[in-house]
Amino acid sequence: MTPIHAAAEFTHRNLLGAGFTVRLLLRTLGRVHYLPRRMRFTLDQCFAAGVRALPVTLCVATVAGMILALQTGIELRRFGQQSIIGSVTALSMCREMGPFITSVILAATVGSAMAAELGTMNVSDEVTAIEVMSVDPVDYLVLPRVVGLTVMCPLLTIFSNMVGIFGGSLIGASNLGVSTQFYWRSVQESLMTPEHLLPKDVYTGIVKAVIFGLAVSVVSCSAGLRAEGGALGVGLAVQTAVKNSVILIIVLGLITTWFFYYLQIT
Amino acid sequence: MIELRDVHKTLGGRPILKGMSFQVPTGTTYVLMGRSGIGKSVTLKHLVGILKPDRGEVLVDGVNVPSLDSEGLKDLRRKMGYLFQNGALINWLTVAQNVSLPLEEHSRLPRAEIRERVMRTLHLVGMDHAADLFPSKISGGMRLRAGLARAIVTEPRYVLYDEPNAGLDPIIADQIHRLIVEVRDRLGVTGLVVTHSRACAFTVANRIGVIDEGRIAEEGTVPEMRASTSPLVRAFLGGGSD
Ligand SMILES: Nc1ncnc2c1ncn2[C@@H]1O[C@H](COP(=O)(O)OP(=O)(O)O)[C@@H](O)[C@H]1O
Ligand SMILES: [Mg+2]
Repeated sequence: MTPIHAAAEFTHRNLLGAGFTVRLLLRTLGRVHYLPRRMRFTLDQCFAAGVRALPVTLCVATVAGMILALQTGIELRRFGQQSIIGSVTALSMCREMGPFITSVILAATVGSAMAAELGTMNVSDEVTAIEVMSVDPVDYLVLPRVVGLTVMCPLLTIFSNMVGIFGGSLIGASNLGVSTQFYWRSVQESLMTPEHLLPKDVYTGIVKAVIFGLAVSVVSCSAGLRAEGGALGVGLAVQTAVKNSVILIIVLGLITTWFFYYLQIT
Repeated sequence: MIELRDVHKTLGGRPILKGMSFQVPTGTTYVLMGRSGIGKSVTLKHLVGILKPDRGEVLVDGVNVPSLDSEGLKDLRRKMGYLFQNGALINWLTVAQNVSLPLEEHSRLPRAEIRERVMRTLHLVGMDHAADLFPSKISGGMRLRAGLARAIVTEPRYVLYDEPNAGLDPIIADQIHRLIVEVRDRLGVTGLVVTHSRACAFTVANRIGVIDEGRIAEEGTVPEMRASTSPLVRAFLGGGSD
């Protein structure tokens, strides 16, 4: 096989995959009215996602908040501005880091599990069996997972934001000489705006988290449903799921940031 | 009546079916035999519209399956039971929940009656003691029997059995063979059975077809096949190994 041939085949396969994923997203959205019937599975999925991802998310977000405070704090101290460390940490966590960290961890824990589950089902004819019973795999298998993650991602993001800001306060107090009280006042001032009920920096982050959760779950389910060829195929599906999720999180993160802060659409 | 007419199918760049043709008259059981990987499961998947032929016709009750729309496919699948190779149970549902799935999704039966029918069917396949176990906790043979229960619980008019006796001990296997015969004789079910087992073929078949080179190479009734001198037929149905 020549390199050109290989490149063409690679592109072709990925385009097919992308097409499948987009169609899966549309079909899932078209099946939302089945949600009440699938409520139990959906709640199961929410619970499983929370249990799987919460401990890791909390640890990573705390440390990320500490790193943020440390890195920016060192620079700010050179200008004698370390007092605004609370607001800097809070804004970075809520706008970018919280949703980003949470959804990457969800992709690695929950998304990969989705791809593995659906992939295993696919290669062992279980998805076909569901179809043959005239049950639509999209509303039976995909819908609960997509809704579950789309709900859980913003919830976990709120936790991430909180523990990340808390992590920053530890650094502020121990390394930068910013008292905890002062730190939290600075956080409050930066996040609360009198004219908005919900501060923009928080809710744009939440909107991001919703979009990331939707992207990760659809991409992961799509990778699982495209798995073929036994255990090896399932492994590849998991790899594809995590890789595509992370790429999408970054690209969509850029697009949403641009949308909210450059175009100022609020 | 099931009929395949000159079905061709290429999968993954390899021609698998090359002119597959056979008929299964209503109320009879047809046994398909052939080497592993020759396309037996692929043939069964054509009958429920999971795979579409590249060329040729797949007729069930005179209707061409590949030309059915989604509503038509639903109607078709409602009258078909399908036992998948290895059972294909859903692993987060218990055996009983797996068996009740087709009833819960499509029938308006009350819960108690569904449970009653599920338990009755599980009893038929000798699985009543395992109703509340999860598929990961039971043996391959038990998964297969649970899959069989799920295939027949809706009382379909057609049942496709993909290796219904793989991994079963001879006693349970014999019980399953007799069940297949009973389902045919009592409910008038038309059956298509894929098996490697000579005992199974001789017990359940009205006709036996042996696949080679992507089509039915040898075909006949049980006595005809027993008497056949073709090396291919002898390989599957001759004395010696079961
Ligand atoms: N969806 C598919 N895509 C590509 N190849 C397939 C697919 N399904 C089956 N095959 C190939 O078709 C051949 C026949 O498979 P199968 O019908 O499962 O064999 P068996 O006769 O043992 O049941 C195998 O070589 C298998 O790899
Ligand atoms: Mg097979």
